[in-house]
Amino acid sequence: MDSIQSLIKDLADQHGRNRESLLPVIQGLVKREKYLSEYSMVEIAREMDIPAAEVFGTATFYSFLETKPAGKYIIRVCKTITCSMKGKNQLLFAIQDMLKINVGETTPDKRFTLLETNCLGWCHKAPAILINDEVYTEVTPEKIREILTGYMKENI
Amino acid sequence: MNDNKKQLRIALRNCGFINPEIIDDYISRDGYMALGKCLTEHTPEETIKEIKDSGLRGRGGGGFPTGLKWEITRKSESDQKYVVCNADEGDPGAFMDRSILEGDPHSVIEAMAICGYCIGADKGLVYIRAEYPLAIERLQIALSQAREYGLLGENIFRSGFNFDIEIRFGAGAFVCGEETALIHSMEGLRGEPTFKPPFPSVSGYLGKPTNVNNVETFANIPAILNKGAAWFSSIGTEKSKGTKVFALAGKINNVGLIEVPMGTTLREVIYEIGGGIRDGKKFKSVQTGGPSGGCLTTDFLDTPIDYDNLIDAGSMMGSGGMIVMDEDDCMVAIAKFYLEFTLEESCGKCSPCRIGNKRLHEILDKITSGRGEFQDIERLQLLSQVIKDTSLCGLGQTSPNPVLSTIANFEDEYLAHVNEGKCPAGQCKALLKYEIIEDLCTGCTLCFRNCPVGAISGERRQPHYIDQSLCIKCGVCYEKCKFNAITLS
Repeated sequence: MDSIQSLIKDLADQHGRNRESLLPVIQGLVKREKYLSEYSMVEIAREMDIPAAEVFGTATFYSFLETKPAGKYIIRVCKTITCSMKGKNQLLFAIQDMLKINVGETTPDKRFTLLETNCLGWCHKAPAILINDEVYTEVTPEKIREILTGYMKENI
Repeated sequence: MNDNKKQLRIALRNCGFINPEIIDDYISRDGYMALGKCLTEHTPEETIKEIKDSGLRGRGGGGFPTGLKWEITRKSESDQKYVVCNADEGDPGAFMDRSILEGDPHSVIEAMAICGYCIGADKGLVYIRAEYPLAIERLQIALSQAREYGLLGENIFRSGFNFDIEIRFGAGAFVCGEETALIHSMEGLRGEPTFKPPFPSVSGYLGKPTNVNNVETFANIPAILNKGAAWFSSIGTEKSKGTKVFALAGKINNVGLIEVPMGTTLREVIYEIGGGIRDGKKFKSVQTGGPSGGCLTTDFLDTPIDYDNLIDAGSMMGSGGMIVMDEDDCMVAIAKFYLEFTLEESCGKCSPCRIGNKRLHEILDKITSGRGEFQDIERLQLLSQVIKDTSLCGLGQTSPNPVLSTIANFEDEYLAHVNEGKCPAGQCKALLKYEIIEDLCTGCTLCFRNCPVGAISGERRQPHYIDQSLCIKCGVCYEKCKFNAITLS
């Protein structure tokens, strides 16, 4: 049994093997592995006795369940209306310039993935970004450089 | 936001006043008193009657009478029932549910337990979106504290009533805020809505009767039961009782959450509480109800805000987001923006929403890029009506609202785009025209040298000229000119 298989088994033991446990199991896996590979989906299907096509169908429906390899830190920039009004584009340019990646891409060292997302619910403190589980608000291009530098310095 | 005599806090009564991570703080402000009273002194029927008498309507946008929903769920016969809290707040511009869960999570827990007692459920589920990590953390802390105090679990207040709450996480799908989609998502399926009836109150989670209420609705419940239905129904308008939390954002001086009695006018909200428009600009419109709502103009400033008035005005309450726009915002571009959102968040199950919104977006894109025709406006209206009439769920049925309301209230802007090729607000880049004012141009050649496409010509010390057919509207000349000789029209 490889590490993915045993992780899936543990998650299924914890959440159950019913259909309603599918999302918690997928979410648990994404939390650990950052994304859901085809292999993981097939293994979840096997472990929970659900057709693999349905696991795929469910997983690809949700934008927070990555099905492409993602970096250690997933940066989600809010692109909804107030953040757009308050300079989300300049922020995005600053991140792209610093990490040398476009939206939807991951840095070669597998550290950062840059994504856009819909409303994060921080409209009064726009623009907002989410890095993994950490929210940053009223972010300026200068501030984002500082924030990212902080992440870069972590566990080198 | 500063307290203001226009404001009245019911749902937000504890936010900012208590430490949400300490249950004793909540208890010291009458927390769990309503639950205790219900369990020990009142029957479920009496409690439901109190909620019905209060006139509370669903705060998630639909405005369905809460007491009636509880009653229907109570009357549905089943061995197992569920209470679900919809915390999948996704409307652009709305963040009251996040603030309540972060600032006062126990009020939601208490209300869910009361609901469970009333409808005969022993299990509650909170469906919360993954975008709200802090709210999730606070709710988890609150749940474990409530269990520790015996306010959740078995035999609560020695009444024989058992109730516990489990958290389910969303995964970034706006449509899951629709109650049937939310239930399917909790069942481990794709979050696609299904036809109602049957309503969740009859057949919901795992086919069992399920009562789904929004976070803000729940937060009102303990206050109503503590102070009485008569007190609550004395606030507000004839058909909309109590208060509503609004999230002010956009071009307004004071941004943030406010809570006002139903029936407060937009003028009071924007000018007295919101402090007016930023930078002394002119108010143009306020967008309420997120992607399902519409844009209201100055004509509606004195309309009392309640569920029915907003619908009559071509918008809706939605979850209470209010995005204020000033004269610099192009309403066609705003409509397009909301369509982009809907397009991305449409689940794709039914064609009117999946394809219709795509076509609406294409037409809007055509208009904002200067290729619009007069007939396009009519096409937008016709298609919008078809989408509204034929979509399966609330998302599709309301998605053309931003288009229809901007056409109704700002038709002149649409006409300027299609007839004159102009964007009055100067937002649609493709319609902008950079021109050189001959009198101010010194012929310094700076713009000529910086233009990346060679669209500028002219002799040294003579006024220059921009060839519009070559201009790519990058704005470099505008930034470089030292004599303000370049205008944007």
